[in-house]
Amino acid sequence: MLDPIFIKVLLGTLLLAASSSVVGAFSFLKGESLVGDAIAHALLPGVVLAFILGDGRNPLFLIFGALVAGLIAHYGISFLEQRTKLKGDTAISLVLSTFFGFGIMLLSAVQRTGLGQQAGLERFLLGKAAAITLSDLYVFAALAVVLLVSVAVFFKGFQLMTFNEDFAAAIGLPVQAIRFVFTILTVLAVTVGIQSVGIVLMAALLITPAAAARAWTSSLRLMLVLSAVFAATAALVGTVVSASLPKMPTGPWIVLALGGIAFISLLFAPEKGWIARRKRAKGNQLKTQRENLLKLLYGAEEREGETVAMTSETIVAMRRQHLDGLRKTLRSLKKEYLLVERPDGFALTDKGRTEGRRVVRLHRLWELYLTERLGMAADHIHPQAETMEHIITPEIEALIVKELGNPELDPHQSPIPYEED
Amino acid sequence: MIPTLAIALTAVFTAVSCALLGAFLVLRKMTMVGDAISHAVLPGIAVAYWLSQSRASLWMFLGAAAVGVLATVMIEVLRKNLKVQGDASIGMTFTTLFALGVILITFWSDSVDLDQECVLYGEIAYVPFNSWSMGDLNMGPIALWSSGLLLLAVLGYIFVGYKGLKLSSFNEDYAAVLGISVAAWNLSLMAMVSFATVVSFESVGAILVVALLVVPAATAYLLVEKLHHLLMGAAFIALVAALGGYACSRWLDTSIAGTIATLLGVQFLIVLLYQQLILKRNHHAVA
Repeated sequence: MLDPIFIKVLLGTLLLAASSSVVGAFSFLKGESLVGDAIAHALLPGVVLAFILGDGRNPLFLIFGALVAGLIAHYGISFLEQRTKLKGDTAISLVLSTFFGFGIMLLSAVQRTGLGQQAGLERFLLGKAAAITLSDLYVFAALAVVLLVSVAVFFKGFQLMTFNEDFAAAIGLPVQAIRFVFTILTVLAVTVGIQSVGIVLMAALLITPAAAARAWTSSLRLMLVLSAVFAATAALVGTVVSASLPKMPTGPWIVLALGGIAFISLLFAPEKGWIARRKRAKGNQLKTQRENLLKLLYGAEEREGETVAMTSETIVAMRRQHLDGLRKTLRSLKKEYLLVERPDGFALTDKGRTEGRRVVRLHRLWELYLTERLGMAADHIHPQAETMEHIITPEIEALIVKELGNPELDPHQSPIPYEED
Repeated sequence: MIPTLAIALTAVFTAVSCALLGAFLVLRKMTMVGDAISHAVLPGIAVAYWLSQSRASLWMFLGAAAVGVLATVMIEVLRKNLKVQGDASIGMTFTTLFALGVILITFWSDSVDLDQECVLYGEIAYVPFNSWSMGDLNMGPIALWSSGLLLLAVLGYIFVGYKGLKLSSFNEDYAAVLGISVAAWNLSLMAMVSFATVVSFESVGAILVVALLVVPAATAYLLVEKLHHLLMGAAFIALVAALGGYACSRWLDTSIAGTIATLLGVQFLIVLLYQQLILKRNHHAVA
């Protein structure tokens, strides 16, 4: 398995997959993921026609045929979207299926002559890296390098075009020209990519690495690098499996590996992964419940004028909260010495009183801000303040206090409790 | 039965069924979901073949319909729970499921009579060779029966659900106010699309089903305004392409499914040219 030809094919395939995934990342971010899918299907008639009309053995001919077909498909989709009442998804699937059908028709004609099998046109459909000849591979690998270099050169332009096209136009960038370059690169990326995964599954190479990379980072540069690494890893899996099992096509294994990488990324990535987001939501929930409890006890102390203890039964009755959830909140407050447990119930510590006072203060400051600055009625502001009291940071608090001129009373004439220092 | 007639009828039944369902996909901007389902049913078909060792079994329909609905759910989970943008979640779902299907088929290639070529092109030319019989009575090609049943099912579905489908396609809010569940109609439509895909699969292959779903409806959509015109127009265009495509493929000796799809594309181009050149010019003259 480790003969030099296999190593060359392997390295070539890694390069093919990585370079097309980098271009795909831009179309992913632009929300045009499926245009690449349509272009991939549309290449088939171009490639087969180039084979029939030209020298079928020359990869440059096939690339040229693919480029022409891809450009026609791309502009065809834009035309249908802009000039007819067809919607984007219909334009894409229409171009995709009719071009592909035409390609299949041509392919069946070529196969009758027996030449197609010889030229390995079949490998375009599902990808079979092991069937790529070494000279083909050199050409496509060179193209992959061209793609990577072009992305590096046009990085700034692509970045602006992807995130804010109007701004790019406003600062005088030639948006039309950049778009055209990007279209050419997309078609070339698809041409290169179908050598490894085939036409049918090409969309995965454009979309899946980008979606996986997006879960790990918000930096565009890092995202491009990660996409390339993910695609290359999957290509490694696909090539090795395809070389070990005789009839196995490469493409499906690359795509399945990519699916696995994306699944892991979307679940486990820090910050943006599903588990991290769930954890954060849970954390926010606990924070809110803790602060509400401290506020409740602080309010009771304010009314009574002395330290108040409440049993968990009382709190459950007042807050209509589930007892299990409350126990958890109480435990976490006790652990940080914000509450003490006395024989007659739970009471605030000094630390807990300060925290409860802070929440009440934010609540009343926000109510005042809503009535004073936004002119809202006093009986409409409570629910909003219930949310904001958990969100306002000390910096924003200072700004509000300054804006309102150190107010003493809230709209309901309750005192705003500042720290006595 | 005459082989030519069996193939032509199967092609017509399949094409008209897909075109009718496709009209609703075009109106709901869900053609790519239809595309995704047509790819995604492959692992379901592979597993069902392997379990039942036969084609056109009840297992196959159940397996494929289950995976078709699973694909719809996967797209939603990716979009809502995992925060992947809409069209990317479609692309990720169908490629992964299709890849899984191809791998399963290749693994079981000894025991499953289904190869990659059949998946891609379909084998409508072999329709007359797969017959079924009741006792001693030869009942004719299986595919003819299944595509005929498909057409009846689609017609029944549209007849019974016309109002719900119409309202939920055009105005979701209004439909909701009237107490029509948009989600339920969506899911039932997707189940019908899965069903149509499985039946069409053997005849025209996984990808060309998309051409049948989208192109007739899109062509008619350029010309008409009313839903019942759209349905009739799409069915007529599909009928012409199915018969014409089959005739052309015999004449040119090319893939039947590929030729039907090509003819659909040509019809669309003609209508597009007519609409762009004639209708637009008239429009300018009036204005």
